[in-house]
Amino acid sequence: MERPSIAGRALKFVVLAAVVVAVLYPFGLAVGTSLMGREESIANGGSYVLFPSQPTFEAYSLILSGGAVTRSVLISIGITLTGTALSLICTVFLGYALSRRGLLGGKPILLMVLATFLFTPGMIPSYLMVKELGMIDTYQSLIVPVLVNAFNVVVVRAFFQNLPEELFEAARMDGCTEWRMLWRIAIPLSKAVIAVVGLFYAVSYWNTFFTAILYINDQSKHPIQVVLRQFIFRGTSATGSDVAIVRDLPAASVQMAVLVIALVPILLVYPFLQKYFTKGVLTGAIKG
Amino acid sequence: MVASTATPLVDAQTDVHSHRRSIRDRLRRDWTLLALCLPGVLYFAVFYYVPLLGNVIAFKDYAPFLGISGSPWVGLENFATLLAEPEFWSAVGNTLEITALQLLLYFPAPIALALLLNSLVGHRIKRFIQSVVYLPHFLSWVVVVAMFQQVIGGAGTVSGFLNSHGITIGNLMSNPDTFKLLVTAQVIWKDCGWGTIIFLAAITAIDLNQYEAAAIDGADWKRRLWHVTLPGIRSVILMMLILRLGDILSVGFEQMVLQRDAVGAGAAEVIDTYVYYHGIRDGDWGMSTAAGLMKGLIGAALIYAANKLAHRFGEQGIYR
Repeated sequence: MERPSIAGRALKFVVLAAVVVAVLYPFGLAVGTSLMGREESIANGGSYVLFPSQPTFEAYSLILSGGAVTRSVLISIGITLTGTALSLICTVFLGYALSRRGLLGGKPILLMVLATFLFTPGMIPSYLMVKELGMIDTYQSLIVPVLVNAFNVVVVRAFFQNLPEELFEAARMDGCTEWRMLWRIAIPLSKAVIAVVGLFYAVSYWNTFFTAILYINDQSKHPIQVVLRQFIFRGTSATGSDVAIVRDLPAASVQMAVLVIALVPILLVYPFLQKYFTKGVLTGAIKG
Repeated sequence: MVASTATPLVDAQTDVHSHRRSIRDRLRRDWTLLALCLPGVLYFAVFYYVPLLGNVIAFKDYAPFLGISGSPWVGLENFATLLAEPEFWSAVGNTLEITALQLLLYFPAPIALALLLNSLVGHRIKRFIQSVVYLPHFLSWVVVVAMFQQVIGGAGTVSGFLNSHGITIGNLMSNPDTFKLLVTAQVIWKDCGWGTIIFLAAITAIDLNQYEAAAIDGADWKRRLWHVTLPGIRSVILMMLILRLGDILSVGFEQMVLQRDAVGAGAAEVIDTYVYYHGIRDGDWGMSTAAGLMKGLIGAALIYAANKLAHRFGEQGIYR
């Protein structure tokens, strides 16, 4: 094949470089601004900077020394760990059972899962269900109503189906129960896909916002994303201690420190996520 | 690739012995597996199928203290009130405008980026760019909107830079006139990179011999793109379009709720936020459920129709 022209390659380079900068620049700006000290911020009128002249963790130590942000971070960590564990258990169990051939009632159950792609019950009926169960203003309301994701069930099931059937046959000959086969054969051979599904759940629990504004009215139970919203869009948080913080420190650096805290767990798991997700996403799409 | 070689959604789970066994034998054999299904099935029943039935309150004058069964039937009254409501039509209008903009500007973006990425020769640079552009997909909407705020908001760095060079763009984050373009830009920033995955996979599945044959026949890159690559990913493009059609009435609830205060309901009220503010905030349960139900039915009908259309064009679509 002929080589592309110099002009064409230069254009391609410029476009892709612009894309990369457009994605990374806001991250740099958030981190830079969060490290800005009080004096510098006053000097430049409280706006955002990429490179603070004297980086300091002042903003972080203030918001993490107790108060609404600290509490919301702890809440979000709790929701994320508990939620991910429960979601993974339900998803893997259901995915495994549906991957076994000839399961009694397997077809209707699978259809029941797949049909959820077509309709959604709607916001109000879901809200009334949560209310009916007495979950309004409880932490459960951030986990239970979004416990199982049908797409993840399909991904896990597809992976289990592709495991060599002979392994299960041999285990069955040896008198192995389905329960033991799940733990001894299926799960150990599917660590990658389980990790990826778990990370997807973890990310969505950490990013919890919709369920929180729907089901949680009590300010003291808000997860980090809702508190971040208050800092960014309302300027201050309602609780006394944090109003004081915002008054003492330049708003921009505190805001961005909260933003970075809401972001860091995502950045930490991203390399692991990235290693596997193309695979996970595609097995789901191809096997359906 | 995805659509054309995909197995049907529900494959025949045949077991040559199973039909000879009685239900009782099978139950004895399968009870462990059925127990494993239980938590998941219970979840879908309680948080999906029962609420689906809860939509009956669209036909009732629902009052929380009377409960769903105790509230009186009102027929189609809620729908009539809803359809006579100018605010609702404004929400429908906003939703459709934003969807149209997204189909026009956002839908082709991942395809273009995938083609661009695919044309890169160096594997390392390609992988680096991929890891960068996939990242925003995992951010929450609060974080994404906050990031836009610091760049093009009133005190944003880019707005500041332009202002100091004599170009006044004002505060784009609170300008109702440009809001629909803004939300489209936000969706592109967040999900364009992630959207390339499926198209890149489809491109990779194209037989390389086709490119060689085309090159030998003297086709330049433009012709190879037009006659080999694009036809090769046609099924996937169509499938993504069908899926998008089913979502035509859903435009990011979180994204809208976050920015509705800044630009006002006139520009940012969409069907989902209408349901939220009128139902959960104001307690107008029957009418807002009617709005949600209509939205759900239209979405399902659109998926069904689009899928039928895809079959007519000789494509697999998303299900058969």
